[in-house]
Amino acid sequence: MKAFAELYLRLDATTSSNAKLQALQDYFTQAPAEDAAWAVYFLSGGRPRQLVPTRLLRELAVRLSDLPEWLFEESYQAVGDLAETFSLLLPESEHSSDAGLAYWVEEQLLPLRGLAPNDLAERLPPLWAQLDRNSLLVCMKLITGSFRVGVSKLLVTRALAQLADLDAKQVAQRLVGYTDLRHSPTPEGYLALIAPPSAEEHAQRGGQPYPFFLAHALQQPVEQFDALLGPVGDWQAEWKWDGIRAQLVKRDGQLWIWSRGEELVTERFPELHAIATCLADGTVLDGEIVVWKPDTRTDAIAVQPFALLQQRIGRKTLGKKLLADAPVALLAYDLLEWQGEDWRNRPQYQRRQQLEQVVGNCAASVLQLSPVLTASDWNDLARQRETSRSLGVEGLMLKARESLYGVGRTKDMGVWWKWKIDPFTVDAVLIYAQRGHGRRASLYSDYTFAVWDAPAGSPERSLVPFAKAYSGLSDAEMRSVDALIRKTTIETFGPVRSVTPSMVFELAFEGIALSKRHKSGIAVRFPRMLRWRQDKPVEEADDLATLQGLLS
Amino acid sequence: MDLVIARPEGLYCPPGDFYIDPWRPVDRAVITHGHGDHSRPGNQHYLCAEPGAGILRSRLGADINLQTLPYGQTLLHHGVTLSFHPAGHVLGSAQVRLEYQGEVWVASGDYKVEPDGTCAPFEPVRCHTFITESTFGLPIYRWQPQQEIFEQINAWWRDNQAKGKASVLFSYAFGKAQRILHGIDASIGPILAHGAVEPLNRVYREAGVYIPETRYAGDIPRNDPLLRQALIIAPPSAGGSSWMRRFGDYSDAFASGWMRLRGTRRRRGVDRGFVLSDHADWPGLLWAIGQTGAERVMVTHGSVQVLVRYLKEQGLDARGFVTEYGEEDDASTSGEAEA
Repeated sequence: MKAFAELYLRLDATTSSNAKLQALQDYFTQAPAEDAAWAVYFLSGGRPRQLVPTRLLRELAVRLSDLPEWLFEESYQAVGDLAETFSLLLPESEHSSDAGLAYWVEEQLLPLRGLAPNDLAERLPPLWAQLDRNSLLVCMKLITGSFRVGVSKLLVTRALAQLADLDAKQVAQRLVGYTDLRHSPTPEGYLALIAPPSAEEHAQRGGQPYPFFLAHALQQPVEQFDALLGPVGDWQAEWKWDGIRAQLVKRDGQLWIWSRGEELVTERFPELHAIATCLADGTVLDGEIVVWKPDTRTDAIAVQPFALLQQRIGRKTLGKKLLADAPVALLAYDLLEWQGEDWRNRPQYQRRQQLEQVVGNCAASVLQLSPVLTASDWNDLARQRETSRSLGVEGLMLKARESLYGVGRTKDMGVWWKWKIDPFTVDAVLIYAQRGHGRRASLYSDYTFAVWDAPAGSPERSLVPFAKAYSGLSDAEMRSVDALIRKTTIETFGPVRSVTPSMVFELAFEGIALSKRHKSGIAVRFPRMLRWRQDKPVEEADDLATLQGLLS
Repeated sequence: MDLVIARPEGLYCPPGDFYIDPWRPVDRAVITHGHGDHSRPGNQHYLCAEPGAGILRSRLGADINLQTLPYGQTLLHHGVTLSFHPAGHVLGSAQVRLEYQGEVWVASGDYKVEPDGTCAPFEPVRCHTFITESTFGLPIYRWQPQQEIFEQINAWWRDNQAKGKASVLFSYAFGKAQRILHGIDASIGPILAHGAVEPLNRVYREAGVYIPETRYAGDIPRNDPLLRQALIIAPPSAGGSSWMRRFGDYSDAFASGWMRLRGTRRRRGVDRGFVLSDHADWPGLLWAIGQTGAERVMVTHGSVQVLVRYLKEQGLDARGFVTEYGEEDDASTSGEAEA
């Protein structure tokens, strides 16, 4: 655990990719395979569910630290991270366990799940007493299921590739599905990640998907597209769907569905199983799972808002009603494998041609082609993009016709651009603030925003909260806002402060819908701060009518 | 009667008719130490502990109307007996003891309880009422012994040397910088000081405090190979400025008590954070308060509400004092600088 804790601290302490890469290599060079197996799992995003309820952990920590509960709470508010608060408040241990990560996870931590509160209260303190402060921090992050560190999967892939002298793409391929919940890391599994390439590898992959190719955001004005991208004819344009990115693998008479998070989600989408019957073995499709049903107003079959799909995510059992209310389809846009052969190194237009045939030969209505848009020039395409909102899509995807299918967010094999529509914006007033987490710890950086409930000039109008946001400000702005919040506090309720309304921010959000859970009657999606309108008095902030106007 | 009350100009002693560390210009100012938030320009008369005179003159001007008093000696003013006692915070820092008609109050300014060799160590003073700071008034703040921190700094410096990188260490120019210089292993390599640090080194040396040889960083030409061996001490404000460009490839670090939290460390965006403060940590605050034997405690700048509530639960008569301290010192980096 010590070596892994040290790696965590090194990764956490730096923002330099090279320093992180070095730290990863140092760790993997010396770690036994069983520990490395778990390290890869955690670093590439694997997260076992919470092992011990937080409430119980808090009670124990309060008892062990010999502090009043309120003081523990104040400390937590200042630290902004529960695991770190534990590691700072629990008495420092004299001991420091040299046992490895695998021993700790398999023998000490995983067996905690499901134990009765009394057993936990007995078992945890002696367990913690074996750990130095840093190991305790990491151990707590694993127990609370909140282990996160600033390393991308790509970086882990690169570190392993360099260590084993392999092509990073090969490692990426082997890593797919490694963090799936049903998968438990083993030393053999780790050694297979860094083993020399073998001929059977391709044949033995079962339901293994390919690493997803990811798009880059395109933010330049359309006038620059000719110079930037060349003629529109060099590009394949499609709608950018607002659903779940998925890969559908058909091999050996079986079907597997993988989400972009590389989680196996086959069971979550029973209606898609019909596709298995009309796809040949050795076929892999890339596409988007969306709710697909007749629109209530037009009756035409169309993609439905993400909110509807969200109701299905995270449900353990899918009832009949839910399946009927939110039926899904796969909108296919790429072909990665055909007749058992890897097609990723063929150009986009070839893959598309073949994809059209494959989908055309499949009679399942739940498999649809994501249509390709035709345009005479970039301005023509820009005009079509304007209809995105009414079609329920997020904008356009632009894929170079000659582009190969890359690994992750790379540009070396061609490029995919996401050309999203501009977000909705509203000027709102900051009314509550709460201290943040992570690098925003101790700063009042998480805000609740409100709009007026009546137009300017109405007597006795008041502010109604409608959104929370914490991202979008620079560190300097955040510090100024923090100072103002402290100066204008009206009341403190636990970690939250209400402030005299004085600050107006331009908020951006992606979607807006009616909601019964919110006081304003409205819910917005991905709200964030675009800028601080220091030029605007609160009286000039927007009102509910503005929001309702966006609903249309 | 109350020997110290909070007034808009600062902490005021009614029977003595003087202020302690006022933040607006007054006639008589008793100064606990030379940090900018405690010693401000514009007062008619200044009084400070004798070892603090050099600092005050270098910061506020040689011509201020300054009277000094050695630690432990008393001065009678309008019936109030005043004396200074070491606060262990920075060179010349003092607690102010006030006695009037049998009642004793101590205003401690800023203090630290671990002796560091750069200033007279903190000395507990018995009193009825103790005025304490609370900059690090939460139990998450516990300092490691400073020697461990100096060893971390030495190791970081050596490691950078081995990689051919300059080591830029940000710290407050007055106090922290000299404490680091005093504590680190100067045999590792050359030490360079930023223009804001060098004059204060001089004052410390003149006061007889050991500060290893330092060179003014501005004298070293850009790309001089010496830079890749050197430790450079600079104030936080130099970070991100064009001044940094001269060092080429460097590793940077920040020395402050706030570095105890990962969040503040990450927000600083430096390679390393060293947890070193010239304020008392939580156990230090509680120890100091206990040592005074005071039944009444007035809490100023920092975690006022937390410390007040905690002390009340311990059976003390604790109250908060609203002050304007804690604005220049490292408090400003944390967002915790609430009155």
